[in-house]
Amino acid sequence: MSEPKDVGDIGITVEFSGGLEMLFSNERKHKLSIPAKDSTGAPLNVGYLVTYLCENVMKDARKDLFVLDGTVRPGILVLINEADWELEGEETYEIQPGDNILFVSTLHGG
Amino acid sequence: MPPSPCALCKINRALILRPKDHSKLCKPCFISVFETEIHHTITTNALFHRGEKIAIGASGGKDSTVLASVLKTLNERYDYGLELILLSIDEGIRGYRDDSLETVKRNAEQYEMPLTILGYAELYGWTMDQVVEQVGKKGNCTYCGVFRRQALDRGAARLGVKHVVTGHNADDVAETVLMNLLRGDLPRLSRTTSIITSTPSAVSADPDSHTNIKRSKPLKYAYEKEIVLYAHHKSLDYFSTECIYSPEAFRGSARALIKNLERVRPSAILDVVRSGEDMAKLVPGSDEGCGGTCSTSIPLAEEEEGGCGSSAGRTVGSDMASMEQQLSQNENVSEAGLEVEITSKRVDVMAQRHDRLTDAVPLPPRKKGQKVKGQGAAFTPKKATKQVMGQCKRCGYLSSQDICKACVLLEGLNKSRPKNAIELGYEEQESETPKAETTNMTNGMNKVQLGPG
Ligand SMILES: [Zn+2]
Ligand SMILES: [Zn+2]
Repeated sequence: MSEPKDVGDIGITVEFSGGLEMLFSNERKHKLSIPAKDSTGAPLNVGYLVTYLCENVMKDARKDLFVLDGTVRPGILVLINEADWELEGEETYEIQPGDNILFVSTLHGG
Repeated sequence: MPPSPCALCKINRALILRPKDHSKLCKPCFISVFETEIHHTITTNALFHRGEKIAIGASGGKDSTVLASVLKTLNERYDYGLELILLSIDEGIRGYRDDSLETVKRNAEQYEMPLTILGYAELYGWTMDQVVEQVGKKGNCTYCGVFRRQALDRGAARLGVKHVVTGHNADDVAETVLMNLLRGDLPRLSRTTSIITSTPSAVSADPDSHTNIKRSKPLKYAYEKEIVLYAHHKSLDYFSTECIYSPEAFRGSARALIKNLERVRPSAILDVVRSGEDMAKLVPGSDEGCGGTCSTSIPLAEEEEGGCGSSAGRTVGSDMASMEQQLSQNENVSEAGLEVEITSKRVDVMAQRHDRLTDAVPLPPRKKGQKVKGQGAAFTPKKATKQVMGQCKRCGYLSSQDICKACVLLEGLNKSRPKNAIELGYEEQESETPKAETTNMTNGMNKVQLGPG
């Protein structure tokens, strides 16, 4: 039995805006230290980060306001270091130390 | 993935993937293209004329904030010669508008535009909190929606402004197109797809003193996604919230359908908007299809239907659900051979189906006989349709009935208003609300605040 080796944590910044901050303790900016590898030992990608956020950061019970059918809910934009995540490979983007990941909801009006 | 260069300048790193054509743009090029397209919408549709005074319906939300910012930029860049002011409506929902009105006040300073805030209390004599106290939380969105629809026009008329612009975007319009198609409401489809509409509104309490308020949607072809990205990349100051009285279901709503379509094929949103426009031209009696032979080239505005939400015309899950149920019932009927063949007598069937559909969709109360008459008229030549829209005998506002929806709702409210509520002013009532009640309300707010749009 070999546990995946603990390769230490990496520091990233995760931000929520456009109304999403309400799901995350009303805080826009979260400085996080996350494991560099996921449970299978693979480098951490954005897909896994979303699951991680749901399980570890989001205190609000309404998970489906953030994740729907296993992915970020349609209508929520994801920017990786200011770039649309669609330009970065969406869920498959491998997170680097110091990355800034922004989730912004387009669903809230005013 | 290696970073891709911007498709326009070929130098900067692309940060934006445009939904309409998949082009990859850098931040400065995106901002420039976004503004240029709005300018193009404004000029090709001749939305404004020099010297015109324009009220921007401002809520502090992303759409109206972007609209104000872009209009200020374009007005200066292209010398439109417009006088721009901000007009905000305060529904009188404690704890809901406070922050957004603060945002609007900051916007007024940032964009150097005069700001007027008008309350439901001033316009109708009722705040939404008072309405909810009276009618309960169920169904109060009908009141809010009907009142909101008229509020901007009434407010503008008071200020002597004849043109109101709103932040309706392509996603809003696409959603309305889908809903009206599913309902089979072709006249409404025609009216809601129009970029400019006109609404008779009384200047004072005298219904005869009406003036026509022009309404337009300069962001009609702008994707919600790009509006949010524009606000983000320009660091605009906007506020996001949902109505505390309307915990909307996202799943199964027309909005969800639009967002899912966008994910599969991003161009779908504009395709739906364009299809809606094309279909509107085919609607008998529509102003769009009249080829300039009818009396006015500007269609009348849409009467507001029920529903609240932060953006007019936004739908909720239950709408779609009830429609689906009705559609499947219709299917059962036709499977049982009870329905005439659709191809041969299509118009008749559409009219019948339409009546049944509309009955199934929750709408604010109307007089039954008149409704059927009005909708039947949609399938007969244009003169009949034109008679449908008149003015409210009481307030002068656009209405298909003698008395408009707002006046009907107000009449009901005023009749059942308890004696003491009449005597108490709004201010007094507020200060007399017990502490405990306020706390309860706040808890309730938190629970529903993030109701999906
Ligand atoms: Zn560029
Ligand atoms: Zn009226």
